[in-house]
Amino acid sequence: MKAAVAAPRPVQRKSLGKRMRDNWQLYVLLLVPVVITIIYKYGPMYGIQIAFRNYNPGLGINGSPWVGWKWFERFFRAPNFDRMLWNTIKLSVFGLLWGFPVPILMSLMLNQLRFKRLKRTVQTVIYAPHFISTMVICGMLRIFLSPSGGLINLIAGTQIDFLTEASAFRTIYIASGIWQEAGWGTIIYLATLSSIDPALYEAASIDGASVFQRILHIDIPCLLPMIILQLIMSASGIMNVGFEKAYLLQTDLNKATSDIIAIYVYEQGIVSARYELGTAVGLFNTAINIVLLLIVNRVAKKYGEVNFV
Amino acid sequence: MTVLSRRKQGQLGGLSDRTSSIILVVFSLIILLVVAYPLYYVLVASFSDPYDVYAGKTFFLPSQATLDGYKAVFAEPNIVRGYGNSILYTVVGTFFSVAMIYLVAYPLSVKDLPGKKIVSIFFIITMYFGGGLIPTYLIVQKTGIMQTIWAMFLPGGVAVSNAIITRNYFENSIPGSLKEAASIDGASHFRIFFSMIIPLSLPILSVMVIFSMVAYWNDWFTALIYMTNEQAPLPLVLRNILIKSSASASQASMISGGYAELNKMTEMIKFASIIVAAAPMLIAYPFVQKYFEKGLMAGAVKG
Repeated sequence: MKAAVAAPRPVQRKSLGKRMRDNWQLYVLLLVPVVITIIYKYGPMYGIQIAFRNYNPGLGINGSPWVGWKWFERFFRAPNFDRMLWNTIKLSVFGLLWGFPVPILMSLMLNQLRFKRLKRTVQTVIYAPHFISTMVICGMLRIFLSPSGGLINLIAGTQIDFLTEASAFRTIYIASGIWQEAGWGTIIYLATLSSIDPALYEAASIDGASVFQRILHIDIPCLLPMIILQLIMSASGIMNVGFEKAYLLQTDLNKATSDIIAIYVYEQGIVSARYELGTAVGLFNTAINIVLLLIVNRVAKKYGEVNFV
Repeated sequence: MTVLSRRKQGQLGGLSDRTSSIILVVFSLIILLVVAYPLYYVLVASFSDPYDVYAGKTFFLPSQATLDGYKAVFAEPNIVRGYGNSILYTVVGTFFSVAMIYLVAYPLSVKDLPGKKIVSIFFIITMYFGGGLIPTYLIVQKTGIMQTIWAMFLPGGVAVSNAIITRNYFENSIPGSLKEAASIDGASHFRIFFSMIIPLSLPILSVMVIFSMVAYWNDWFTALIYMTNEQAPLPLVLRNILIKSSASASQASMISGGYAELNKMTEMIKFASIIVAAAPMLIAYPFVQKYFEKGLMAGAVKG
């Protein structure tokens, strides 16, 4: 090292081998994460092939016989296939339609708030639900929605058992999702808005622009790239409906709307140990997501200034 | 506000600054109330007699204030054990996750590391594509970590999106000249990593620590599929109480007052256990809140 410093620095670029040797310590740092990723992320990818085999643990993955599309066909012929597919899509798409605009509106509003202490307080409070476990949220929902003395029924003066009403499930799922995550979703928008040059606002208000006009002509154009980026990201995860909440809020009586593909994967794959079927259904989900991602990636390329990955 | 601007507002349409200011404040207070009230309600209920809660007597203040709910929670061996398990998984898991994030983020932030692009792609692929639940489960089985603490965090691998945020933070917020000066002075990459990068990145470190902590503290599904009942973390223990609403045998034997008393106790435990489970994270996050914006922004905008 010392000698290298003393020597005159070479003008031309160092050779690849030299640069690799110089940086060997960086490869050492990367070693453990790479090995863990190979085993626990790429290992399962290799295991996906059991979706096309009759998996026999004794014979191993490679020894098990191929069965083609058998497990996919079984899934498509499952008595509830249509219901699960549509419930998954509806829960996800409606969740996006209702949930997506809320953090945007909230951050536009908070950004214009002139009382900084109030703004900070609101921010702290609206982040809170994000830090609570789905289990606890669902416990609270069950308490609030209870027919005998639950908060909602107390306020409304009714005695409805919401969790046994199939028609109420999606509303419960989506509304509680907004309650939990909308506040957290404002962070990225507020950060974007805080980069706006204050001189713009000053100029606008000297020209007599109202708060609403400032939002319309300064804030929204500034947010637009970020809004598009966020929309793209969420659109490509349409099939990733949260398993946890649907599973914890499901009752025998609301299955008509709460039965989703992710629950089927868990029940078939883990509970009933039908590994091939579970894998096939999981792959089906992933495939749809990948197709959406590719479509969306196309769209994203048009917005080159936004860094996608 | 200048006189000029006030004069012009009328003509340009829209509301005066004063009116809109009031509207904004009112809306903010409504949001505040909608988000905070459910949490406040549970907090109040946890100190109240459950029958009064269900009779609608505890909208604002506790009724027949009592600590019995909390006493019952901490007298419940399953909950206490779950708490212990949760703390263990959170501490070990957070250490693991943050270490992984840093080990990936630093090398990928170094300018001319040969193979950097390939390594980045290698990690980013796992963000968008994975084997799914069952193949992962089979690998966990095969590698023999089922029902060990390793199963709680190894299958999660590297939190790639957090590693990208951290890498961008290194690139944007730690001056390249500093690293250069250190390496000209003969500091190795290890040395730069441990005595420069880590101490200089405490804001993003604290954000990553809190993100990881929250993920482990709130996780129950991993434990549901990989762990035994004795190893269940707190949220999974609470499933029986909150979701299945079943009283445990130990509670039943503790109570002498018969079914009504047991029922009351079960309800009290619900409220108190929600508070007990949610409190640690709700107390922790405000301390690093000021770094959230900066940290997440660093992830979205590449320097």
